[in-house]
Amino acid sequence: MRWVDEFRDPAAARRLADGIATAMTRPWTVMEICGGQTHTIARYGIEDLLPEGLTLLHGPGCPVCVTPLEIIEAARALALRKGVVVCSFGDMLRVPGARGDLLDARSRGGDVRVVLSPLDAVQLAARDPSQHYVLFGVGFETTAPATAMAAELARRLDLDNFSLLTSHVRVPPAMAQLLSDPEGHIDGFLAAGHVCAVEGLADYPAIAARFGAPIVITGFEPVDILDGLLRCVLQLEAGRHEVENQYARAVRADGNPAARATVDAVFEVVDAPWRGLGVVKEGGLAMRSSWARFDARRRFDLTVAPADEPTTCRSGLVLTGRLLPTQCPEFGRGCDPDRPLGAPMVSTEGACAAYYQFRRSAIEERA
Amino acid sequence: MADASCPVPFSTYERVVLAHGGGGRVMHRLIDELFLAAFGADPLRAQHDGAVIEVSGLLAVTTDAFTVRPLVFPGGDIGSLAVHGTVNDLVCCGATPTQMTVSFILEEGLALERLRAIVGSMAAAAREVGLTIVAGDTKVVERGKGDGVFISATGLGRVITPGPLSPSRVRPGDAVLVTGPVGDHGVAVMLEREGLSVDTVGDFVSDAASCLPQLRALLDAGVDLRCLRDPTRGGLATVLNEIARAAEVGVHLDDAAVPVRAEVRDACELLGLDPLYVACEGRLVVFVPEPDAPAALAALRATPGSEGAARVGAVTREHAGLVMAASSFGTTRVLDLLSGEQLPRIC
Repeated sequence: MRWVDEFRDPAAARRLADGIATAMTRPWTVMEICGGQTHTIARYGIEDLLPEGLTLLHGPGCPVCVTPLEIIEAARALALRKGVVVCSFGDMLRVPGARGDLLDARSRGGDVRVVLSPLDAVQLAARDPSQHYVLFGVGFETTAPATAMAAELARRLDLDNFSLLTSHVRVPPAMAQLLSDPEGHIDGFLAAGHVCAVEGLADYPAIAARFGAPIVITGFEPVDILDGLLRCVLQLEAGRHEVENQYARAVRADGNPAARATVDAVFEVVDAPWRGLGVVKEGGLAMRSSWARFDARRRFDLTVAPADEPTTCRSGLVLTGRLLPTQCPEFGRGCDPDRPLGAPMVSTEGACAAYYQFRRSAIEERA
Repeated sequence: MADASCPVPFSTYERVVLAHGGGGRVMHRLIDELFLAAFGADPLRAQHDGAVIEVSGLLAVTTDAFTVRPLVFPGGDIGSLAVHGTVNDLVCCGATPTQMTVSFILEEGLALERLRAIVGSMAAAAREVGLTIVAGDTKVVERGKGDGVFISATGLGRVITPGPLSPSRVRPGDAVLVTGPVGDHGVAVMLEREGLSVDTVGDFVSDAASCLPQLRALLDAGVDLRCLRDPTRGGLATVLNEIARAAEVGVHLDDAAVPVRAEVRDACELLGLDPLYVACEGRLVVFVPEPDAPAALAALRATPGSEGAARVGAVTREHAGLVMAASSFGTTRVLDLLSGEQLPRIC
């Protein structure tokens, strides 16, 4: 497949890995922000190609992992209401809320459907006026435009039986929060290429300058990641902290203005809770009051009490890069993909699940 | 509830009604005009409570239930799928299929023309491998309580391998082959079900087929077969895990050697699926002693339907119970069982 195969080329990967080893004169710690990148790192065993001094931290960029418990509980409650259908992405269905996941709600008679596109949920609602369809829209700046388009389409079709329960979050504020953590020790970042494909690069120079950390906008294939790491290491070794675009084949400096305008028309920036990180200043998007008609939070009485994470789950530490999944005492013992304690063990983009799925034997051998 | 003995003739209904399962005339006409007309075997025509068959030698038995949405997909339908699935389970027991029993659970409202087409393709698939349908049953459930048609089938077969095939015969050092590209069936069905058009990248047709020619070719080539498996639900990765656990061996998979058609790979990229976990319905995973691997591969490649056979890995003493996949990067990863079904990812 063009645009894919060349970025999985072993010879190119080896050259980049050698470049990293040659460039390094001292240890560095780099966080990849995005779960898609974490998935690639685990799937291709990229850490095995890297010199020992380069530590990768796996950031909170797994969209389902950072969706707050109480929103999942709200989605479950909606699904269990008679006449309400909750539509969501496939990997959201198995993320545990405080009392269960959406699959569990379905087994209790709730109507939960998997959609591949938010627009499909609108079409379902248009075809079936007898039920109310709620799109459970989660994710980063990447998925927000499609959610906003669903709202726009519903308004254009003048649908009374469609609304959105959204939990969209914004990545750059979370990066700033991670960098300002006094217990953290992140030298540089691989930023999420697809987020930048929408948002562009404007948010990053201030963060790089304020924290003195290089930020390399990076793609998702193994060669992308090694290239991003090499660029990051070269900057660190040279004492630079610039914003660099490794993913230029998809990311323009101004991103995708049309997608941004669509998001801006429907959503406003708010302080928002991230599961594992707490409230992130300007870290989320909420539907504007002019869209109240399509806002499930306003249409339904959705007062869900804040819920606590299981005390044994250390996903907050994992999501902030302070604990490797394998350092968690519950990893593979009290917590595995069949019985996840927290969201990072659910999605294959979650750091814990990625480690569990791909890296288990390496870990067992080390033990 | 409809009157089970309603005398209205079968031909006046265009759809399945509850009376079709009621035991009365409507049901008997359905059996006569649709099932017997298609399957036409003597034991079935006897319309007794069961079939009596003569058996000599080793008998293989398998049973399976079939549910698929949509009922008809590119390359097959639930009827042919039920036959191919049953046949391939028998093939994995080293048997050539001989008889089969089927029961149909029909949902009220199913178009009879659709049922006729499904039964017809089932009969054709059975004929192709010399399989006789000797007994059957029909039940009808209310609308909304089924998914059109569910089929449950039991197959009998005559064992034609010199010895039994079993995971316990798999040994470290054995070669692992697949009889063709993986993932075609699962992707074809998923694209059809979700109404996704990925036609810019190619055609998607299920691989559903009988693997009996492959078994025959391997035996004719004098290959010492250790074990055969058909990688249906959960795909190649799941079968390898099952063998690794059952035989207490490791399996080393060479990721780059696994044949996947380019369009299937592309569709999986778009959907966020791993083709190693996508179902096949016309492929076998073959375990043979390493010295027999070249002959096995040559025999498969010379057989229509398995021209794309490939050697994909080896059985190891290390990593017992685990499947290790080697990437082209020289790194290895665990190829684990999935927790549930693969779900398309969010982004």
